[in-house]
Amino acid sequence: MIEAKNIDFYYGNFQALKNISMKIEPKTVTAFIGPSGCGKSTFLRIFNRMNDLIKDTQMEGECLINGQNIYDKSINIDNLRKDVGMVFQKPNPFPKSIFENVAYGLRVNNMGDKSFIGQRVEESLKDAALWDEVKDKLNKSAYELSGGQQQRLCIARALAVKPSIILMDEPASALDPISTSKIEELIHNLKNQYTIVIVTHNMQQAARVSDNTGFFMLGELIEYSNTKKMFLNPEKETTQNYITGRFG
Amino acid sequence: MNKKVSQNIAFFIFKFFGVLVIGILFSIIGFIGYNGIQVISWEFLTEFPKEGMTSGGIFPAIVGTFYLVVGSLIFAFPLGVMSAIYTTEYAGKGWIVRIIRIMTNNLASIPSIVFGLFGMALFVNKLNFGDSILAGSLTLGLLVLPLIIRTSEEALLAVPQSYREGSLALGATKLQTIRRIVLPAAFGNIITGLILSIGRVSGETAPILFTVAAYFLPKLPSGIFDQAMALPYHLYVLATSGTDLEASRPMAYGTALVLILIVLIMNLIASFFRKKL
Repeated sequence: MIEAKNIDFYYGNFQALKNISMKIEPKTVTAFIGPSGCGKSTFLRIFNRMNDLIKDTQMEGECLINGQNIYDKSINIDNLRKDVGMVFQKPNPFPKSIFENVAYGLRVNNMGDKSFIGQRVEESLKDAALWDEVKDKLNKSAYELSGGQQQRLCIARALAVKPSIILMDEPASALDPISTSKIEELIHNLKNQYTIVIVTHNMQQAARVSDNTGFFMLGELIEYSNTKKMFLNPEKETTQNYITGRFG
Repeated sequence: MNKKVSQNIAFFIFKFFGVLVIGILFSIIGFIGYNGIQVISWEFLTEFPKEGMTSGGIFPAIVGTFYLVVGSLIFAFPLGVMSAIYTTEYAGKGWIVRIIRIMTNNLASIPSIVFGLFGMALFVNKLNFGDSILAGSLTLGLLVLPLIIRTSEEALLAVPQSYREGSLALGATKLQTIRRIVLPAAFGNIITGLILSIGRVSGETAPILFTVAAYFLPKLPSGIFDQAMALPYHLYVLATSGTDLEASRPMAYGTALVLILIVLIMNLIASFFRKKL
């Protein structure tokens, strides 16, 4: 369960998020939509504190994950990021073998011995629907894979450390339609085990994969509700205009 | 004048100067190669100088240069790579880093004789190492430190930020990210910098002049507090202050050729590494 309370976020003097509050239920898929620069990716990166890496930023408000304020001083950020996995917009496998890419999270977190790692790598690749395509070339470089395969590898890499939440920042925007539909199918299957939050530019994608949708504009959360309701019968006119493609 | 004519004239001028520069370089190398190859033999590479340096070989100078290269890089390589890691991975983009960068660049353009003088004052006299491989290595190490820092920084900066983000997002610490992802990815380019430094160190004369180099030694150095002969200084000696300059001239060409070959081979290895990555 993720609970954001009154979050403000600043890049220097620019306020990117304005007083955003939101609750995300476990084992659901939540989509963030909105025009470029609306703050949806910034908000996503609040949940695993990736914004900490950017200089000269400031955050106010609280973000609770399972009741714990993740911005509390006592929080271990590495443990937080292990529990809140992330898949990035552009596939970013490490310049290592396919096997080592998936094993990486297990190794840096000291999770298990050799046989356990081998087993987790296989499970994760199966969960990411990539196993059959790579099982004979686990020691080949990850960069021999296609873009779509690389992205599924990055998903497998995130799954390997058993997070409870997976953040996806436009995971299919750099992929062709077939790879995209594979990723969407994957998201659908992963929902049983993980809480998934996905940022997307593609409204059809949001409608297809998500249970709930948040619509952001100019740093504000305009509307947040059940996806079906949002797309069939939005409350606000701005939302209506955006999803019918009148601007964006 | 029509466009085509002016274009042809421009190309001709570029081509002329291009060929001229390459021609000058090749004639230098050719001249040394032609004169040097005539004295190079197995004996030349493996024997001590004989008869007032008019015959024999340059073995002790080769060995000395080897010691100086190894000694200086043992000191400068880890130090340079670590400071590059600090400036690129930890220090951010503030004014401290800017000052460090400016200083590093300044350091790189200080004449090498100044390093020699500094090395003599600090290592030879103040720290009392005497004229020794240790003092010479440290002086040469200081000289190549900026080169190593700069090439390592460039190597680290060339590692995509997305690798770092991917690693941190999996719960890796910053140190783990640097050790397991960033450094391996930058390795090839860092090694390129190392090899270029080998070329630089083996060719420098001024820094070793007051800190280690010996005119002639009858035996090889046996420890880091011994003096050593070195190729560039030996070349200087052969060309200016032998017992019989005319007679030792061929030996000088041979020495120069060996030195050039070492630097050339190092640069070739470096460009091989760079191409591979």
